[in-house]
Amino acid sequence: MAKNDLQGALDLLILKSLSDLGSMHGFGIILHIERVSDELLNVEEGSLYPALHRMEQSGWVRSDWRVTDSSRKARFYALTAAGKKQLAARQKNWEQVVKGVQAILRFA
Amino acid sequence: MGIFRRIWALGNRSKLDREIEDELREHLRMRAEVNMAKGMNPEEAMRAARLRFGNPAMFKERVEEQDAALSFENLLRDVRYALRGFTKSPGFTAVAIIILALGIGANTAIFQLLDAVRLRSLPIQQPQELAELRIIDGNHGLGVGNGPYSHFTIPMWQEVRRHHDPFSGVFAWHQADVIIGRFNYGKHVQGLEVSGEFFNVLGIPPWQGRLIAPQDEAGCGLPSKVVASYSFWKTQMGGQPITPNTTILVEGRSVQVLGVTPPSFFGLVVGDRFDLAYPTCIPPNVRREVFNLSVMGRLKPGWDLARASQYFGALSPGLFESTAPTGYNADTVKQFKSFKLAAYPAGSGVSDLRTTYESSLQLLLAITGLVLLIACANLANLMLARASARQREMAIRMALGASRRRMLRQLLLESSLLAIGGAVLGVALAQPLSRLLVASLGTSQYTVHLAITTDWRVLLFAAVVATLTCIIFGTIPAMRGASADPIIALKSGERGIAGNRERFAFQRLMVITQIAVSMVLLVGALLFVRSYRNLMTLDPGLRESGIAIGYFGFDELKLKPENEAEFKRQLVEVVRNIPGVQNAAVTTNVPLSGSTWSHGVHVGAIEDGSRFTYADPHYFATMGIPLLSGRGFTDADTNKAPLVLIVNQAFVRKFIGTAEPIGQLVHVMPEPQYPARTYQIVGTIPDTKYNDLRADTQPIAFVPAAQLPVEAQGPWAAVMIASNTGPGVITAVRSTLESKYPGMILRFADFQQGIRDNLVGDRMMAMLSGFFGLLAALLVVVGLYGVLSYFITRRRNEIGIRIALGARRGQVIALVMWDTAAMLLIGIVLGVALALLAGRAATAMLFGLKPYDLATLAFATMLLAIIAVLASLLPALKASKLDPVAALRSE
Repeated sequence: MAKNDLQGALDLLILKSLSDLGSMHGFGIILHIERVSDELLNVEEGSLYPALHRMEQSGWVRSDWRVTDSSRKARFYALTAAGKKQLAARQKNWEQVVKGVQAILRFA
Repeated sequence: MGIFRRIWALGNRSKLDREIEDELREHLRMRAEVNMAKGMNPEEAMRAARLRFGNPAMFKERVEEQDAALSFENLLRDVRYALRGFTKSPGFTAVAIIILALGIGANTAIFQLLDAVRLRSLPIQQPQELAELRIIDGNHGLGVGNGPYSHFTIPMWQEVRRHHDPFSGVFAWHQADVIIGRFNYGKHVQGLEVSGEFFNVLGIPPWQGRLIAPQDEAGCGLPSKVVASYSFWKTQMGGQPITPNTTILVEGRSVQVLGVTPPSFFGLVVGDRFDLAYPTCIPPNVRREVFNLSVMGRLKPGWDLARASQYFGALSPGLFESTAPTGYNADTVKQFKSFKLAAYPAGSGVSDLRTTYESSLQLLLAITGLVLLIACANLANLMLARASARQREMAIRMALGASRRRMLRQLLLESSLLAIGGAVLGVALAQPLSRLLVASLGTSQYTVHLAITTDWRVLLFAAVVATLTCIIFGTIPAMRGASADPIIALKSGERGIAGNRERFAFQRLMVITQIAVSMVLLVGALLFVRSYRNLMTLDPGLRESGIAIGYFGFDELKLKPENEAEFKRQLVEVVRNIPGVQNAAVTTNVPLSGSTWSHGVHVGAIEDGSRFTYADPHYFATMGIPLLSGRGFTDADTNKAPLVLIVNQAFVRKFIGTAEPIGQLVHVMPEPQYPARTYQIVGTIPDTKYNDLRADTQPIAFVPAAQLPVEAQGPWAAVMIASNTGPGVITAVRSTLESKYPGMILRFADFQQGIRDNLVGDRMMAMLSGFFGLLAALLVVVGLYGVLSYFITRRRNEIGIRIALGARRGQVIALVMWDTAAMLLIGIVLGVALALLAGRAATAMLFGLKPYDLATLAFATMLLAIIAVLASLLPALKASKLDPVAALRSE
């Protein structure tokens, strides 16, 4: 059975974005999610940064200070090996949650 | 790993802080740039970016919280902040910690004692494997018992020594006094008679020399080889190295000291400490009815107590068949043969302290728990008052962005710090307290040796108690403090808005709790004090004061048994003629000393047991017991004359009823050394207490000492010596007997002291419950005074308005006193109900009192009422003297 983890959605979004982008700063992650989801999903800064710092504590992402394209200094986050494993697990889990939810919605 | 980097960076907090700030700032700028690209002007763009973020301090805190190392450092910051707060109000801090230390210390001290008496394992190898064999339900008083740990006769032990499949090894032991030094000046020390396997099965290595082994059992009679305990070796033998030539004077003879046991080993009796161990011996003519050994074994792997009990249960019929004593009637022998053995755990040793004091200690633990509860209620009020005084501080911190969770954490941390401080001090306090308790259990004759150590159980207990107190006194005030609305708090200033009903209700509840619980404690204290007083003032029906007991042993005189009766008569005659001695009498049983002697008797159709004492003609005069009817004993009542008996009223009631007792025939049933006999009652005496003040009066029959069966005679005598010259008479008797009978063992004790010694448990309960009752009352005074003063400060305006509107002083005082009266009433009603419930636990410990003693309840109520009135009078007077102008202006 899929772990019933709807709150884990934010983690999944961040992990997936970093996996697509390779390495990105917080603001870039927000923009990426907005753009890819056609502005359907809007991640708030107040949730993003605590989540990023938590994932760094858990060793899923690592961070370093780099210069952006617009030559600003920013903190860039990237997936670690553990983070990639985590992403795979979460993705599989999420798909099952979605299946489950859909099954319930279709039930009439 | 990130976490190590963080911990490494602990000292670099400012760097980490800056990183988070930088990250935030860069993010804001990027967002602002995007906003500007959408066409906003720079200021608007920055503002919109900030709005998305919310409170930056809160944001930072939330990010930091994810950082284990940083949140650890935050905790340290909170601790520093709390400590700073404590130093700012040292009075509050000191009171809180002292109250907690007293409460936790008292609880820990009692628990420590329980731990030492009950829970701790013996310092031997694999203590959990040790099991003791006992007859299920005991021997029902059959035969002759010899001390509290005597469950086996020698023949029974010999059987078990041969058949013990569940045990890898078995041993027998017995406690007995040993006299060291010369006879006259001999000193009694604690002896431990052990079978050859004892030290080997327990796994005790020698500290010096060697310990007793099976081959040492050969020689019989007086001990010829001994092993010293470490403390005896250190204190009595100077701690000199043991050589094959090391000897010591035991019972007047020089014996070899084989070795010394390790310092931790005290024997098997918790509360005692043996001095000398010596090998047991099997005498040629074994007395099969004497129970004097304890038998233990070490379970083989794969055997547990249940299986071992099964084995010994199956062994029992054959065992008791072959070891049955002779000389009893058929019923007694049948009863003996029906006994069954079982195995009981012995890993924590044996101790009659357990049966004597366990319920007292548990009750004391409950009492100290209640004291702690009162202390907690008191502290909760203190914390609440402190929290409302700090409302402004809390409000400012919240307005500046501190989260409610953070505030709650801060407040809980403060109470935890107090609890930790109290617990540390309490554990330190518990040490001397429990030592004091152990000392108070000792008597003039006997010292309790208990190693009081702070082991993990004690520490765990203290930690649990501290956590519980913290939860009780800290949580609600913290929740109240953290839920304060910053705007209201800032507006209304330090004093807040009066009539915050909910908060007052909590404080009233705390005061009511205190009153109810202290009612229980006061009732308990009064009950135990009165019970002790009842015991102390009880008239046992015989003279208590000015009586010395002399125990004389004259084995060295080598008398023939048939001459012993006459020798004892002469001996008492000598004692009686010593100046200062009013009277003296020899007896086989010292009353109220705990020891008993019974025979089965039948009078007419009634058959039952009666206590028996063999006393000389002067006994009743010496002990101040009047003769009710008939005659006393004379020197002519010897074994050559008709056998006569003097009985007490309980005997008459039980065996004779309303008929004339004088002239009745009493048949005594046979037992070893005491053949069947028929006595004629020649006199009656009033009821006297026999072995124990608490016990109901029992039937007692007195036989002239000279009519003691010759077989039962022995070279020892207990002589009751009445005098009015105080303890000086002992010196006189000692010096006279020393010169007249060199080689006689002399030992003296004070009769009344001995009786008091049996009441140490009652004394301890009376003193401790009294102390805790007073402490509870004191805490109620402090609590009530504090809360009322606080109420009045909060209601200054209201009282000011009342006075301004014409309320008289009396009315203001009444206003405050009504408050007290209401709390007092509810508290006392609750307290009485609780006291009645709790009283049932104490019933068995009370003497001459019922737990629902009306006078006690009334007295406790009155005491509490007086205390409450006194505690509230001062705040009430202060309120009535309030200057209305000043009170209203200060708003």
